[in-house]
Amino acid sequence: MSFWMRLKQHPLMLMGLLIVLTVASLAVLAPWLAPYDPTKIDVRSILLSPSLAHWCGTDTLGRDVFSRLLYGARISLAVGFVAVGLSMLIGIALGAWAGYVGGRVDAMMMRLTDMVLCFPTFFLILAVIAFLEPSIWNIMIVIGLTSWMGVTRLVRAEFLSLREREFVLAAKSLGVSPLRLIWTYLLPNAMGPIMVSAVLGVAGAVLMESGLSFLGLGVQPPNPSWGNILTDGKDNIQLAWWLSLYPGLAILMTVLGYNLLGEGLRDWFDPKSL
Amino acid sequence: MKRYALKRLLGMLPLLLGITMISFAMMHLAPGEPAVTGQAFNPKVSSQDIERLRAYYGLNQPLYEQYWHWLQRLAVLDFGTSFSDDHRPVLDKVMERLPVTLWINILAMGLMLMVAIPIGVVSAVRQGSWLDRSLTVLVFVAFAIPSFWLGLLLMMGLGVNLGWLPISGVHDYNWQQMGYWQQQWDFLKHLMMPVFISAIGGWAGMSRFMRTGMLEVIRADYITTARAMGISETQIHYRLALKNAILPVITLLGLSIPGLIGGSVIVEYLFSLPGMGRLFYEAILARDYTVVMGITVIGAVLTLLGNLIADLAYAWADPRIRSSVS
Repeated sequence: MSFWMRLKQHPLMLMGLLIVLTVASLAVLAPWLAPYDPTKIDVRSILLSPSLAHWCGTDTLGRDVFSRLLYGARISLAVGFVAVGLSMLIGIALGAWAGYVGGRVDAMMMRLTDMVLCFPTFFLILAVIAFLEPSIWNIMIVIGLTSWMGVTRLVRAEFLSLREREFVLAAKSLGVSPLRLIWTYLLPNAMGPIMVSAVLGVAGAVLMESGLSFLGLGVQPPNPSWGNILTDGKDNIQLAWWLSLYPGLAILMTVLGYNLLGEGLRDWFDPKSL
Repeated sequence: MKRYALKRLLGMLPLLLGITMISFAMMHLAPGEPAVTGQAFNPKVSSQDIERLRAYYGLNQPLYEQYWHWLQRLAVLDFGTSFSDDHRPVLDKVMERLPVTLWINILAMGLMLMVAIPIGVVSAVRQGSWLDRSLTVLVFVAFAIPSFWLGLLLMMGLGVNLGWLPISGVHDYNWQQMGYWQQQWDFLKHLMMPVFISAIGGWAGMSRFMRTGMLEVIRADYITTARAMGISETQIHYRLALKNAILPVITLLGLSIPGLIGGSVIVEYLFSLPGMGRLFYEAILARDYTVVMGITVIGAVLTLLGNLIADLAYAWADPRIRSSVS
């Protein structure tokens, strides 16, 4: 079956893919698409409701919300990608180690994972941010450092079953070095589930970042973020509905897009669905 | 059953120890010493004073000794005193805030089950129908909704514009004058929106899980047998299949606890509820380290307890485990 034919059979995944690509291009093209400077304060146009001049209205400092949303997409996606990249790096390394070596290392690693999983992630992130300073970089690192457990378990499980397979045993008996074995024999065969969990991870990280920024512990103003525009929305809930509605829709669409794409990929890689 | 419970309880001990270690490491890897940083730029505090403060908090001892002392105090539930002006014991502060958080989360779990199980069952029974597909899209959207945003919209709609539900706190201003049942109703009304937005995130995972479980069970031999015996489809689905498919959901409920407890920070902040999550948030803004660490440990222990209860409930509900362990 051709690629396009198969894609047509997964309409939800196609929808997810379209959303993901749209948001990504809006983020990349933000400097050209944004009608105003996202941080420019204009005291003559404070809290204007949506109009042709300001598509999504203006905020309490007269900044254009549409421009801020576009630039916010850059920050949200950047946080999502870097955080997920970091968690994948840690998760794959620990999972590969546990799954390849097995035995006592594996048992210890799994206990460690269980322990970290006991902490409510949001508490852990907030506690670390309390000790550091809230900034974009810290947010990325902290989200990455607290979300590797799922990938670790997944890679470990894949490796445990893969390492008993004939082609791996054959390579081992030929004297292929462990690192090369992991890199060229084991990892590529575990790539499907890893990709699924990475895509779903981006959705989680975007949601997490917006939540942190909403609490004022994430991206700090004047940097625009979907979460910190919503904080403004909360404070002006009776005056300016547009400050609450649009950033939330942006988060919703982005998270939905990545979730649909991730779930679609899961079916895509599932041999049973062929 | 008792032996199984005891075994599980003992198995928790190393995890508990690990949790305290991680918490302690986090507290001490942080740059700057909590007790001292607050005073560093205070001109009235001399270096001898700082030394005395360090000695008072035990910060001049080696780390392993500090950990040991901390652990000893934890064992008798002494989480230290708050750094804030009231200097009250952390445990007292948490305990007076815990009931609201527990209420919200328990009710949210109930709501999660009440909605997710029927959705999962219906999707499985009518697999592939338009109903199945639209329910799937619906739970996906529900999963992607940022809870605080939905909370804001509900506040705006049901709270501010329509005035149906209160938007902050847990009591009305004239709570004192109400009768007993009126007070309960008032409390419940204040919790409605928070519980709803806490629950919707869990619908997707749980209903998909239920759907998959149900699909597997429906294909099992005993269902075919039941069908051959002429038992009606409704009976088969809702009496025979449901019982077995519902079991794994218990485990999932246990797994959702850390998310719910963590999520209470946002929900309680949004609706100004006097719960543990809001205490945590306030403690973070105030750099009240003992409270932050105390709640982090208590949150992890609550998760551990929740998982234990879920496991025991599972063992109790599943005759296979029940008979094999007792």
